[in-house]
Amino acid sequence: MSDLAAKKKRPLWYNLSPLSLPLPGLVSILHRASGALLFLGLVWFLFLLDMSLGSETGFARARAYVGHPLVKLSLLGFLWAYLHHFCAGIRYLFLDIDKGVDLPAARLSSYAVLAVSLALTALLGVKLW
Amino acid sequence: MKRTVVGAHYGLSGWLAQRITALVMALATIVIVCGIWSASPPDYAAWKGLFGKWWMFLSLSLFLPSVMLHAWVGMRDILMDYIKPTGIRLALEIATLLALVFYTVWAMQILWRN
Repeated sequence: MSDLAAKKKRPLWYNLSPLSLPLPGLVSILHRASGALLFLGLVWFLFLLDMSLGSETGFARARAYVGHPLVKLSLLGFLWAYLHHFCAGIRYLFLDIDKGVDLPAARLSSYAVLAVSLALTALLGVKLW
Repeated sequence: MKRTVVGAHYGLSGWLAQRITALVMALATIVIVCGIWSASPPDYAAWKGLFGKWWMFLSLSLFLPSVMLHAWVGMRDILMDYIKPTGIRLALEIATLLALVFYTVWAMQILWRN
């Protein structure tokens, strides 16, 4: 087999695993995943809001429930999902009006989305804890 | 005749609604987070009082229905992308829509009970 034939060997196998996604791609799929997660969590948030606002005993029950470590951990997860969705969403609104669409800016802003949402999760998480 | 069950006319309005609700929610989020931040750790009276404040009430009244519309557009996109069999997709879309309608009524009831 000549060199050329070796170079043109088919089929080509591209590595499409999420781990090799470029940064804007990672932000994009996390935006979708966090959105789906928030939709699924919606019923739970409404349940908590309803219970805590319903009565004095409901408030005490909600408070004890939220104090459980597993519930706190889930809330922290949802908090990250919300903040990531929030930050990535603002980035998309800017992309929609053609701001920051060139590659270096898009990479930088997707990095900022990941960093800011994690930092805010830590900040609000510490406050809630 | 072979037909495909997809929308023809509501793509743009869905796209626009998703972005307008996103903007509304982003602004409301800042107000709501500031409100909760300033009230914590609350007792029941302070918590109930917080949700009775006009700016909190206004923000939530805009936020909660916006979430439902926003979630509908987003979930519909996800279902259209990943669920290929038309029957299953339609069933999931109907379930999503009914859940969101129910949540909207529930959310309004929680808000206006105060």
